[in-house]
Amino acid sequence: MNMYPYRKYLSKFMLFLMTAGGLTLFLPLAFIFLYLVANGLDSLSWNFFTKLPVPIGETGGGMLHALVGTAYLLSICAVIALPWGIIGGVYLSESAENKYSKLVRFTCDLLNGAPSIIIGIFVYSYLVKPLKQFSAVAGGVALAVVILPIIVRTTEEILRLVPDTVRQAGLGLGMPRWKVSLFIVLWGSRQNLLTGILIALARASGETAPLLFTAFGSAYLSFSLFEPMASLPVEIYNYSISPYEEWHQLAWTGALVLIMFVVSLNIFAKYLLWRSKK
Amino acid sequence: MINSNNVKIINKGDLNFNRFLLFVGGSFLLIFALLMINLFYGSQEGIQNFGFGFLTETIWDPVDDVYGSLTFAYGTVLTSLLAVAISLPPCLALALFTTELCPPKLRSYVSFLIEMLAAIPSIVYGLWALFVLAPLIRENIFPFLNGLFPNAVIFSGPSFGIGVLASALILAIMISPIITAVTIEVFKAIPPVQRYAALALGATRFEMMSIALLKPGAKGILGGVILGLGRALGETMAVAMVIGNSPEISKSLFHPGSTMAAVIANEYAEAAGDLHLSSLNYIALVLFFITFLVNFLAKFIIREKQA
Repeated sequence: MNMYPYRKYLSKFMLFLMTAGGLTLFLPLAFIFLYLVANGLDSLSWNFFTKLPVPIGETGGGMLHALVGTAYLLSICAVIALPWGIIGGVYLSESAENKYSKLVRFTCDLLNGAPSIIIGIFVYSYLVKPLKQFSAVAGGVALAVVILPIIVRTTEEILRLVPDTVRQAGLGLGMPRWKVSLFIVLWGSRQNLLTGILIALARASGETAPLLFTAFGSAYLSFSLFEPMASLPVEIYNYSISPYEEWHQLAWTGALVLIMFVVSLNIFAKYLLWRSKK
Repeated sequence: MINSNNVKIINKGDLNFNRFLLFVGGSFLLIFALLMINLFYGSQEGIQNFGFGFLTETIWDPVDDVYGSLTFAYGTVLTSLLAVAISLPPCLALALFTTELCPPKLRSYVSFLIEMLAAIPSIVYGLWALFVLAPLIRENIFPFLNGLFPNAVIFSGPSFGIGVLASALILAIMISPIITAVTIEVFKAIPPVQRYAALALGATRFEMMSIALLKPGAKGILGGVILGLGRALGETMAVAMVIGNSPEISKSLFHPGSTMAAVIANEYAEAAGDLHLSSLNYIALVLFFITFLVNFLAKFIIREKQA
């Protein structure tokens, strides 16, 4: 019996199914953006960026406190995680490969896989509980611990792209190895590094779980390191599980602003990568 | 990289720099150790009070100070496994589409969209699931499935929209980029010659994919799936928003439940007493242990494949 027509049509059918099934994955992506714009655009006004929240029933409230808080927490996170993570990446890429460095790499991967809520508990126990106070510092540290392993591994991957001949050229000119590592390998990769860093920061800006019981949240504008601090993701969470329609509205707008920030960071990072390749 | 065993360190700066790097490397081990110690230490009271029975006990009652974690473990495992099962077929399809069918010009756009899917913060997924997906389940999916199988326990109601299915669906979307990305890497690593060989033997394109890609790539795909499972197990916010947070075990997919990460997110900041906090730490310890094992397994499988 000739099976070929059957096989041919089965193949055609499966290829169609594959294309359709695969592209289905982008449906939620499209719908999420659609709904964010449809529901969030209405309250996206100047007030949103410049006003503090107002009590239920009044209109014209904004999320200035959360935007400032997120910027503040991200800065703390960046100050801690960037130097630490980049040096960690230099260690993994430029040092001799041995059991110890393999263990460090493995540990970073495990930390990367740890649920971010557990990082929250970790920071809570060491920074919030002893001080008996939710604080911006704790929130920043929690974010830093979340993205630290990402930065380490990204830096390592990027530095490994530098050919060994470049290192040998530096050593051949009589430079000490530490200068080769820092001023040739690391400095030469700064464009790619920036891309990795921006993507890591984008990840940190959307993290909610580690902030729940470290920075906690607040309804006021705060600049103190040792007081609870609002952040955009946590405010979105609080507003969306509240029973009030106006707050749901604000949650949508907050989410729209957050996603715009995250997406533009990602696109900017992509652009930098593309430019450096050219 | 340069092997320092072969290079005699003569420079004082190098010596100090190496020490500094070792110290920074060690700091990551320290973080990990502190994290473990903290979880063990923090859950001592819970361990002493409930022992291993904690894992099989279903009562979670902060008022009477009696705690057991089975309902949460059940919710975590059920939603994660469902998510992986829902996510795998479209992820495989997308990976095959990207590597085999998609015009090369479009490929970078497709991978950009996959990256976007990965970049969306979980709080945004949660918000969308709560206000869009949950009503959709309540108004459309539940009546449809319940009408189709009126006697099936897993489709029994009533449905509030939020519940196990909503969580599993949103998790499936959230873990799809990682499963797809790993699978694409697996397919890319398979030499084109294998594809030609299958085609030359008379296989249709679909048969070629199953013979030359899916079969040899099965192990790598499994690695990606387990990695996705690890993500799903630890995912907190999106699930906390749509699972309904009621500690009960139900066979129905439309019933609310709770997960380990969700209960920590909901109760940790307001834990009533020491035992309550300690029990939450105990749950965190178990959750950490599970994700640790799952990630370890994924690493093991992926590494073994490469070797």
